[in-house]
Amino acid sequence: MRYLPLTDTDRQDMLAKIGASTIDDLFVDVPEVARLDGPIRGLPMHASEMAVERHMKALAAKNLVAGEVPFFLGAGAYRHHVPASVDTIIQRGEFLTAYTPYQPEIAQGTLQMLFEFQTQVARLYGCAVANASLYDGSTACWEAVAMATRVTKRKRAVLSGALHPHYAQVVKTMAHFTGDTIADALPSITSDPELTGLIGRIDEETACVVVQYPDILGRIADLAPIAEAAHAKGALLVVVNTEPVALGAIKAPGEMGADIVVGEGQSLGVGLQFGGPYLGLFAVRDPKHVRQMPGRLCGETTDAEGKRAFVLTLSTREQHIRREKATSNICTNSGLCALAFTVHMTLLGEKGLRELAAENHRLACLAADRLAKVPGVEVLNNAFFNEFTLMLGGKPAREIIRDLADRGVLGGVSLGRLYPGVEALEHALLVAVTETTTEEDIERLATELEAAIKETV
Amino acid sequence: MNAPNKSGWKPEMQVAESGFLGGPVTTTGNRGLMLEEPLLFEIGRADVTGVDLPEVDASAPTRLGGLERSDAIGLVGLTEPETVRHYTRLSRQNYGIDLGFFPLGSCTMKHNPRLNEKMARLPGFADIHPLAPQSSVQGALEVIHQLGHWLCTLTGMPAVAMSPKAGAHGELCGILAIRAAHEARGDAREVVLVPESAHGTNPATAAFAGYRVEDIPATPEGRVDVAALKARLGPDVAGVMITNPNTCGLFEKDFREIADAVHAAGGYVYCDGANFNAIVGKVRPGDLGVDAMHINLHKTFSTPHGGGGPGSGPVVLSEALAPFAPLPFIRQGESGEFYLVEEENREERGPSFGRMTAFHGQMGMFTRALTYILSHGADGLKQVAEDAVLNANYILRSMEDILDAPFAGSGPCMHEALFSDSNFAAGLSTLDVAKGLIDEGYHPMTVYFPLVVHGAMLVEPTETESKAAIDQFIAAFRGVAERALAGDEALKQAPYYSPRRRLDEAAAARKPKLAYEG
Repeated sequence: MRYLPLTDTDRQDMLAKIGASTIDDLFVDVPEVARLDGPIRGLPMHASEMAVERHMKALAAKNLVAGEVPFFLGAGAYRHHVPASVDTIIQRGEFLTAYTPYQPEIAQGTLQMLFEFQTQVARLYGCAVANASLYDGSTACWEAVAMATRVTKRKRAVLSGALHPHYAQVVKTMAHFTGDTIADALPSITSDPELTGLIGRIDEETACVVVQYPDILGRIADLAPIAEAAHAKGALLVVVNTEPVALGAIKAPGEMGADIVVGEGQSLGVGLQFGGPYLGLFAVRDPKHVRQMPGRLCGETTDAEGKRAFVLTLSTREQHIRREKATSNICTNSGLCALAFTVHMTLLGEKGLRELAAENHRLACLAADRLAKVPGVEVLNNAFFNEFTLMLGGKPAREIIRDLADRGVLGGVSLGRLYPGVEALEHALLVAVTETTTEEDIERLATELEAAIKETV
Repeated sequence: MNAPNKSGWKPEMQVAESGFLGGPVTTTGNRGLMLEEPLLFEIGRADVTGVDLPEVDASAPTRLGGLERSDAIGLVGLTEPETVRHYTRLSRQNYGIDLGFFPLGSCTMKHNPRLNEKMARLPGFADIHPLAPQSSVQGALEVIHQLGHWLCTLTGMPAVAMSPKAGAHGELCGILAIRAAHEARGDAREVVLVPESAHGTNPATAAFAGYRVEDIPATPEGRVDVAALKARLGPDVAGVMITNPNTCGLFEKDFREIADAVHAAGGYVYCDGANFNAIVGKVRPGDLGVDAMHINLHKTFSTPHGGGGPGSGPVVLSEALAPFAPLPFIRQGESGEFYLVEEENREERGPSFGRMTAFHGQMGMFTRALTYILSHGADGLKQVAEDAVLNANYILRSMEDILDAPFAGSGPCMHEALFSDSNFAAGLSTLDVAKGLIDEGYHPMTVYFPLVVHGAMLVEPTETESKAAIDQFIAAFRGVAERALAGDEALKQAPYYSPRRRLDEAAAARKPKLAYEG
């Protein structure tokens, strides 16, 4: 077996040193009923690299690769170009095969990278402090709600109707068990986010109001009035961002008064990967909230010779020290995805991020204009970044999407898939456009969409 | 005293009064190949980029609702060569499995096969969207289904939840399933019992899920005190969370008896599967009465730890808990097609406790783990467990004459060997031994865990190491241990030869500096 260095002679010598005659002498504490008498049944025996590769490639070949067709899916996962050097760097064994940096003297590479990552995320979000990552945007969203309940000592969270429905589901699943109250809603099909109703739902019992920006329909609005309304009632504003590239073009949530900003970092460096692993981003605007944050934090200090050095800090918040009193149960986070994100962000820099955002927006505007010309199609949004909602004039979006896939176009995400059973949303289609989208792709979508609509009753 | 060095070279440099090697001070602070690296924000510039994109056309119309970001974001960029050099230099300040022996107990730092990496990067897996029409991603759904099947086969359990993102998330999944099962029969229970030797995530998870946590003591042999546990069972106890093999490196031989008692009292049994590597292919937890167990794919099934994740923590479930598994999950239809059961499948979802994460779990880890399992097969996985256990016992018996091994008398250990600091000279600690091992070129073992042993040193060699590598480690470990026994004051300043000396961790926490300022 190519991964196992011990030889049979080694094994015999080692058993002799231990004073055991067979390997099973080392498993004597396993009760007899639970011992297997040979290799487990139902699994094949070991296989060569070539044979395994053949098996996996056959499975991969059954999937329609996004990069090979006109592709317009978003809704929390975006397809961006990842520079070649990102993958080279994350495959360096010193990063890939390291553990969480518990021994800082020999983990400065990971620690300095995390310190730089935290700084990038904090600045992108307009916040003071970001942590070293969580699992993904949806779990970061729940962690933000949980943190808000600790900070305010209240147990009610108000969710915007235009929060990603998976994120809302995660929050509701957790709140059911913690005993928190979640006030949620369905998105309103309006050209601009509906803020008056949301503000009206904030009361004196509210720990936080959770708003997505840009929202699930791709709309954007000034969050300052919500921040003001939340703060007036003693509540925190949690802002969720699922497309970090947008923040190269539009105001940072922290600038508009958000107290906790969380999001999905997958757009930069990580790739689509069928939904995971992704990268949870988490930041707070006010440094006084740092000690209530979940997850790892990397801080600057010095070593015994006075040299600058980095270390995981404030770990008295964490499970391995505080056990049942920890701010979160998280241990392993998303370190290598954080590395991919920070390398991509370093390659972009301020200039590149702004250019990337402008290019996304330019192409999205082109697409919106072109698709609005398809008979029976309307663009819902007044404002958007790189994703917008199409109303299909009473045609069911799920069927149209499947039809488009059969025509070799991955045309978007139907709201019917995201909000099953909600009739009012069945005719809406989310379309995302990035720098990877070509003008030919847009034309192809427009043509096929027109045909698909004509053929759908 | 030093580890064998085949080249015959031995360092003869003197330790200067400053505590470090003598030799000239360099202008750069570099020492040959040991290169210092500034912070990104000290070398990057706002107007530099390593990606060629069209310049921003300030006159182009926008539809951003008047929310243009006009102030500087505060980011800096580097060109590609500068970027590659920055991170390559940083990488060289890290220790990884690729560099050497990494015996971090309970973390299972085994070799990460490169075939796994190659397979995960196939565009058919890496470049597909989680919400793509299911007919266009049948191969991806089949990967999840196949991996789930092997995990059920290896554990002897009927069902598996694939979406949890890491070990602690998997624990949460299991505990939520237990709560949902109790709620479904109108049985409100408040307490989860956790042995005091448990990982910190266990009590944190139970508390996060709304339970009160109570400790169960350990016996002098390093196992769960069965009598104390049984005495505490009652109508308020929802379940127990037990790690098996446990964090003292021992198999909980009374596990079946514990499980039967918990079930008789109306509770459920959660098994922390962090240490599954010791028994994979040898023992099926399903035969021991487990109701839920998470499997760290980044431990037993070799997906890379990546400097702190991403992990992946599928949870196998018993018949009793399976109906409560989180959404989404995968089913196979009558015509052989795979499909996701999501919120909308009202009949099929049954009493599922809901969604734990957006999308379907850590696909990138599933492809790696499946590649690993198929590479090893039934015979190879059994050999993995046997070699991991053999290596650990070999270390235990090679060290017990000089170090206190509190449970060595309890019989063989499983995949990790546990030592204490009880016979060190006054003033010398486990931390000093760990730092001394860094100078010898090793990543230290897990220290000060489990908490039930004073100054614990938990050594997990895994099956990855050759006998020669283990003999070399034992020589180094004995050398450092002898210095601790003899009261060698110089050990208290270790490490001397790493990129940084001991850090002032207290200062970092007192006045936290968590982002670059300037």
